[in-house]
Amino acid sequence: MLEQQLVNGVMLGSVYALVAVAFTFTIGVLNFLNFSLPGLFMVGGMLTWFALKAGVPWPVALLLAVACGGLLSLLVERFTWRLMHGAGHFVPLVTSMAFLILFENLVLIAWGSDLQRVPVPFDSVSFHLGGVVVAVPQLIGLACAVAAVWCLDRVLKHTRVGRGLRTIAEDAETATLLGVGVSSVVPIVFLIGGLFTALAGFLFALNYQQASPFMGEEVALKGISAMVVGGMGNIWGAILGGLVIGVVETFSIHWFGARAVDVWVYGLLFAILFFRPSGLLGGGAIGQARM
Amino acid sequence: MSGYLEGVLVLLAINVILAYGAFLPIVAGQLNLGVAAFVAIGAYCAAWLSNTWGWHPLAAAFAATLAAGLFGWLVAFPILRTRGIYLALATFAFGQVVQGVILNLNVVGGASGYPVQAHVGFTAIACAAVLVFVLVFLLFQTRFGISVTAVSDDERAADLMGLPMRGLQSAAFTLGAGLAGLAGALYAHHFNYIEVQNYGALFSIYVVLYVLLGGTQTVYGPILGAAVFTLLPELLRGSAAWRYVIFALLIIAIMSLRPKGLVTGELVRRLLGWRTTGARA
Repeated sequence: MLEQQLVNGVMLGSVYALVAVAFTFTIGVLNFLNFSLPGLFMVGGMLTWFALKAGVPWPVALLLAVACGGLLSLLVERFTWRLMHGAGHFVPLVTSMAFLILFENLVLIAWGSDLQRVPVPFDSVSFHLGGVVVAVPQLIGLACAVAAVWCLDRVLKHTRVGRGLRTIAEDAETATLLGVGVSSVVPIVFLIGGLFTALAGFLFALNYQQASPFMGEEVALKGISAMVVGGMGNIWGAILGGLVIGVVETFSIHWFGARAVDVWVYGLLFAILFFRPSGLLGGGAIGQARM
Repeated sequence: MSGYLEGVLVLLAINVILAYGAFLPIVAGQLNLGVAAFVAIGAYCAAWLSNTWGWHPLAAAFAATLAAGLFGWLVAFPILRTRGIYLALATFAFGQVVQGVILNLNVVGGASGYPVQAHVGFTAIACAAVLVFVLVFLLFQTRFGISVTAVSDDERAADLMGLPMRGLQSAAFTLGAGLAGLAGALYAHHFNYIEVQNYGALFSIYVVLYVLLGGTQTVYGPILGAAVFTLLPELLRGSAAWRYVIFALLIIAIMSLRPKGLVTGELVRRLLGWRTTGARA
């Protein structure tokens, strides 16, 4: 039974991990907590529901969800980063929160506040591994998360854009002096963040077969916790943090009941912030969060 | 006065108190995303005192203010060890933990909410809001106010000038927590029912948003922010979703055009016809 909980926790954690990667990437490069990401997660999930309900094949639904996530994220970039660069450090955070409220309520107006049931295009496939049930869609989700982060890691380490990103993470002003086009590289950060969260929304909608205008909040708060647990600014740390949070969540439900989950998960976050603020793996794969 | 108008004004008064609860830590450079926790502590504490022990609701509200302030003071020590984003996240985590704990406290109803018997009317709440404004206004005329403003303008410079940073920041955090607790206590006794599910992270975010919308450079900003946030929905009656859409668009527009908030020090000086120095644009 405990093995099953562990597997469930890891599967849940893989969704948190993708969201945490998006958060940690924006923090690592721009030192900015992008609160519009829960909105993009929700847009990804709701579009998946909408497309699948309309009978669209799932790869098209995936493409739609992820593309919209990326485009909306670029819109957010215009208003949070470009327009108010240097306007005081709360301002981008505040505007990104406003975008979350905007996205949630627009979707609410369009499709109502009900929890929608997502029609999954394939039979629920699962296999047994030594008495433990492993669901295939969730396994694919975990693989997607790891593969996406591996690609991001490659890009950061070996491409020109990646070098630019790492320079900005180090010091944006110096990066400008060195000829890195900050204003052309920053949208990439938002684009990647949007793509990752929308992908997470798609996977969540498929795995748990539900979507609602507020589905992003809970997951994003867990994603933020995962980011801190793994180490802010560290993309591999975000994966580890996501898995840790997922496992802590399933085990605290198992032992203490569903109502006690928040106490344990956020208690862990609180403890990490005080005893090891650099997280389990330490900040630093991209650059350190310096605030 | 009609019941409807009274209800709106009560909400306005409570939101003004709340706004100052979030304003004080923000001025001292701390983004408190755990305001909701202190509201919940104040609301539940006051409700419990008046329900179980038969306290007069105003006495209970006063005690709840002290209790929330005490909590704020206690958590200020660990929380102020962190800075910037880490501090915002620590307050957020604290808020989530408090919400989770109250959800499991069956003595105050747990997940099913907590009815409150005693009632506090409009007059008392309006007086409390005015009192809070006057106190904050006076506070900002003192050396404390000037010091806190210095901290918000340039933390490093303030530190170098020998200001007691730690003391100022924990005082601002504690006072803010106390005010949030007062707002919670008054809400509980006016609406006679509280539910901890409402005091989540999004609640804190809304409070912080309307304070920043109003502007944090002067003591007048939070009032305007609270007024816009409370009255705008009433002007746009009908769909709750649309008013949040418009609220969000307003914030995006205002933060784009006036990133320091609606009311700035410069604006107040110009309105009052004082000589502008341009030092704090």
